[in-house]
Formats: sequence, C-alpha cells, structure tokens
Amino acid sequence: MTRRQNRNLIRIVLSFALLITASALPLSGIFRLTACLAAYLITGYDVILEAVRKIFRGQLFDEQFLMAIATIGAFVLNEYSEAVAVMLFYQVGEWFQSIAVGKSRKSIASLMDIRPDTATVIRMGERVTVSPEEVQKGEIIEIQPGERTPLDGVIILGETSVNTSALTGESLPVDLKTGDRIISGSINLTGTVRVQVESEYEFSTVNRILELVENASAKKARIEGFITRFSRVYTPIVVSLAVLIAFLPPLIFSLPFSEWIQRALIFLVVSCPCALVVSVPLSFFGGIGRASKSGILIKSSSDLEMLSKIKTMVFDKTGTLTKGAFSVRRVVSAKNDEAEVMKYAYLAERHSGHPIAKSICASYETQESLPESANVTEKSGLGVRAEISGAVILAGNEKLLSQFGIACVSPPDAYGAVVHIAKDGEYLGFIEVTDEIKPKAKISVQKLKTLGIAKTVLLTGDRREAAIRVKDETGIDEMLSELLPQDKLTAVEALIEHSSPIAFVGDGINDAPALTRADTGIAMGTMGSDAAIEAADVVLMDDSIEKLSEALKIAKKTMHIVRENIIITLGVKIAVMLLGAAGFANMWLAVFADVGVLIIAILNAMRTLVYNTKKAA
Amino acid sequence: MKKVFMMEDLDCANCALKMETAIGKIPGVISASVNFITQKLTLEAEDSAFDEILKKARKEIKKVDSACRVIVK
Repeated sequence: MTRRQNRNLIRIVLSFALLITASALPLSGIFRLTACLAAYLITGYDVILEAVRKIFRGQLFDEQFLMAIATIGAFVLNEYSEAVAVMLFYQVGEWFQSIAVGKSRKSIASLMDIRPDTATVIRMGERVTVSPEEVQKGEIIEIQPGERTPLDGVIILGETSVNTSALTGESLPVDLKTGDRIISGSINLTGTVRVQVESEYEFSTVNRILELVENASAKKARIEGFITRFSRVYTPIVVSLAVLIAFLPPLIFSLPFSEWIQRALIFLVVSCPCALVVSVPLSFFGGIGRASKSGILIKSSSDLEMLSKIKTMVFDKTGTLTKGAFSVRRVVSAKNDEAEVMKYAYLAERHSGHPIAKSICASYETQESLPESANVTEKSGLGVRAEISGAVILAGNEKLLSQFGIACVSPPDAYGAVVHIAKDGEYLGFIEVTDEIKPKAKISVQKLKTLGIAKTVLLTGDRREAAIRVKDETGIDEMLSELLPQDKLTAVEALIEHSSPIAFVGDGINDAPALTRADTGIAMGTMGSDAAIEAADVVLMDDSIEKLSEALKIAKKTMHIVRENIIITLGVKIAVMLLGAAGFANMWLAVFADVGVLIIAILNAMRTLVYNTKKAA
Repeated sequence: MKKVFMMEDLDCANCALKMETAIGKIPGVISASVNFITQKLTLEAEDSAFDEILKKARKEIKKVDSACRVIVK
C-alpha cells in the first residue's frame, strides 16, 4: 500500500466509526448534523476540494463534482446519514480500485522482471560492478552461477548451462561452451563464464524485449479506439439526458424538482466511463504480458486483436514446419560403391557454405588423408564443380550435370534434395538429403484446427515432392511449391484477397516481405534476428511450433475478456441509469454501478494474466 | 526529442485519457501518451522548447488530477 492508500483507509475507518456512533446515540437536530458533517468531511474533504477546483476550471460533470453535488443534495434534503454513507461507499470503492490497479501493475511488472540490475565487467584485470548500460561493446564481463546475463555476447572462457525460460518460456536448460552466444536475460545456472560483449545494453535482447512489451499498448486495438471514441460522445450524451431528466418532468408535469434532480444525480454518478476505459487496455496488457511469459512477444494490442481473428494460417516450410537442418537420408551408387560417392561429394563440397553441402560433409567420416580440391566453382542453384587430383568432379542437381552432358534422373521416391555426383564425365550416383519435420508439427497443426483456423497453407521454395511430403505428414490443407522469395509475397497477397484474415508463419529468413504483408506476421526461432522482429507482429522466441496454438488461445481469451468487460460494464450502467431515471435506484446502487463495476472489470481483466493454456482445452 | 517520465498517483484511467488529449493539444507537442498501466508519460516534442512544453504538460496533468505528479529526475 502506498502512503496515500494508507491515509485514505484510516480516513474511511474513522469516518465509519463516527457515523456508527452518531447513529447509535440519541442525537438530534444540530448535534446530529454536526456529527454527520464531521464524518462526511473526514472521508470526503478531498472530493469536495477537487470538485471546487474543477468548478473554477470549468470542468463540470467530473466524478468528484457529481459526488459532491449528490451528497450535498442529500444533506439539504435532511438525509444526513445517507449523505455520509454514500460518500463513504464511494471512497471505499476508490480505495479498492487503487489497490486493485496497484496489484495489477505489480503482477504485470513481475512478468517483465527480466531486467538485469548489474554487470560485473573486467577492467584492467579487476572485477568492477557497474550497471549494464555502462558496459561498452567488446568489453569482457564475468557471469557467476545464479546471475542474470546482463548483455548479449560470446563466451570466451568456461562452460555452463543457462535457463532461458524468461525469454522463451522453455524451461529446459541450454548447455553452452566457449564460442557459444549467450543471450541477455537468461540465467546462468552452473558455471562461471567470461563473455565478450557483442552489443551495448540498448541493443541487447533483453532491452529490446522489454521495450517491445512496455510499448505494446501504444498501437491501440480497434476495440480500444472504439472505447476512446465512445467515451468521448458518451459523456456529453449522458449529461444532456441528466439535464432533461432533472428539468423536463417538473416543468411539463409540474412534478417536485427535488425528486427529479436526485434522479438526475443518480444518473450522472453511474455515468463515468472509467470501468471501460480502464479494463479494456488492462485486459490487453495482461494478455500481452501473459504471452511474453510463454516466450511469445505480441507487438501491440491491435496485433493481439488481429491474431484472435485469424482464419487462415500460411506456413513457410523450412525452419517452421521442418527443423531447417538437413541430414543424409540415403546414398545410392551406380556402381555399388557408396563410400566413393560420399568421398567425392565430400571433397567437392567441403568448403561450401551451403546447408546441404554442410550436412553431407558433416556425415562423412574417414581415416584416409584426402587430397585438396582445386579450381572450385560454386554455381548458385545448381551445385559445385571441382578438380581433385586432376579429375573433374561435379556435385549438384540434374541441371548441373546436364550442362556437362551427363544424363541422370532423380529417383521418383525422393522427397529431399538430391545431389548427383559425377567424376570425369562418368555418373557415380546420388545422395539424398532431407530436412526433418519437427516432431510436434502434426499435432500443432491439428490443434490450430480446433482453435478456429479454417485453412492451413504451405508455401515453399522447395521441390514439389518435398512439399507434398511435409503437407501429408503434417495434415496441412493446401500447398504451393517451387516458389522464389518474391513469389511467396505474391502468394500471400492472393490469399489475402480470397480469405482474409491470414497469418504468415516464417522463420524470418527470406520472408520478411510476406511477414509484413500478412494480417499477422508470426516470426519464430528468431531470438536475436532484428529483421524478423522488425517485420513480424508476433514473435515466437524459440522455434517450437506448438507455441502457435498457445498464442492463439491467449489472444482469443483476451478478446473474450475484453468483450465480457464491455458487456458487463455497459449492461450494469445502462440498467442502473434506466432504474435511476424511473426512480427505482438510489445513490447506493449508483455508486456500485460506478465503482463496484469498475473493480469487477479490473479483476476480470487480470484473469488474462493468470490464464492457463494447458488447462483450457 | 522523446522522453519517458514516471508518474505517481495516477489513479484513474479516464483521467489518463483526458491528460493525454490535453497534452497532445499543447503547441509544439509531436506526440504524447499517458500510459495508465505502466504509469508513464511519453512526450515527444520540439527540442528547443522541450522544457517549456514539459512544464505546460505538468500543468495540464495537475488540472485533471491535482494529486498526480510527474517525476522529473
């Protein structure tokens, strides 16, 4: 509790005690008025002061102003204890609201409690403890077990395992050794390591995440914009209605003024749109905070709103549905000598940076001392030509071999990438390399179906056979294969025209335009990749595809709670306003409809934060 | 120049909205946002008149809720 909250609580208790005493004692006339007035002022003096201030500034019809008028009105009508009680009730409500808001703020802050406080930097051989902002790029920091990694860097000494759960939601520790990258915000578990800092704090992973989440509410959701606009027209409408209620019936039907003015006051007290204005952004904030706890970064409320509406989900293949890591599936030799095929493939490709070449070389083991290759030329999209001990080796696809006049065909049952090998114009055989499908891809796609995703589409630059296999094994509905990077964008645009709203899920490599263009761009496995974080609306911190359904669930739950809050608050308010106008509601009910509903809405909004996606089917 | 300020005792969301609107209308302000949940004022304004504008912004805040303060380090 803050000092202000403490003080207000004491005032409420004092005033309440005084009111009880005054009612219990047989006081009358001026004594009763004095006691009640004292109780009233103890709890309500600030409201009256604020109301007077507002009058001088010409800001009528503020909450405080309305409360002051309503309660002073009650005094005038000789209803002393009612006046005190209404003011008390109002203050109790305000107090609860302040506590509830404080609690919500705290629990959101604790979700984002990944900010490192200090860094131990090695300067001139000494350990110096400084704040992470003061560490320069290139400096060496030391991280002890139990500490939070303050900055991104590369381990230069020692090995350890780290917990990245605050960033990725993944609780399994990751083992790191010298030469590995360590990400800021992860917790060092086992060993002391020295790390060379790669970027300053401002550009570190942890700072970027914090900024992203804290600024998430800046880009407002459509429903939030609606609430803002609504509350702007709502207040003047309600105030004019109140004026009509106060004066029309007495003037036309010569009914008593006091009665109708009180009805108008009740009407006005109910009218504050605070519950709506608070609970809607609070729900969004809670949802975004909840998602970040699972390693899902949602960039803004409007992105969360859009995510909840997605009907079509488009997947990039490599790195999204598949692991993005190739492995050799089989080696087939034309002459029954698989070792020879592998050997020449290795010799020709061992200096290539292509992922397929790398995977072939990684799976080749030999004790032999091998000759160096010479005159290596890599032909993009085709393969490699190299000379080894005077022999010309070709390693590549059919197109490459046919350029050199060698006929070959890929086997019909191949679904991976096929690398054909030829030596001095003679065909040796081929190696098939495949990209494994992620183990949870199929179940994740099925889960999406139960979450309202009507259509799933696979987009890939890969061969048709490879695409068909992934499509069939994961249960995706449609596919488009052999696309160039720019074709992916065109395909996404075509889908947007036919079946909006769509989400594009990619790993951020080559597909930034599609990520930007889709209604929701979801980048995955992109910890540390600026381009993807920039282009996407939703970022999955690790590459686990099952996070997709979790993200959808959180988005849908949040929107559900937002709608619930709108319906509850408006429903209660309109009902009490109608009752008030008809003379069936008293000031108690009015204060409940204002402050009580506000508290209910806040508590409801906080449900987003504790939403358990595992329990909910 | 864009600066973020912490706020204290910002107790009502509707007030935050009113403050945001009022500050946005101060001449020289490029953008202003009052975040009720994080209790932060983000003010983007012309460099030359920044302090002057901040003063006016604080006045607007006081007008809406006299108990609410902006913490300037």
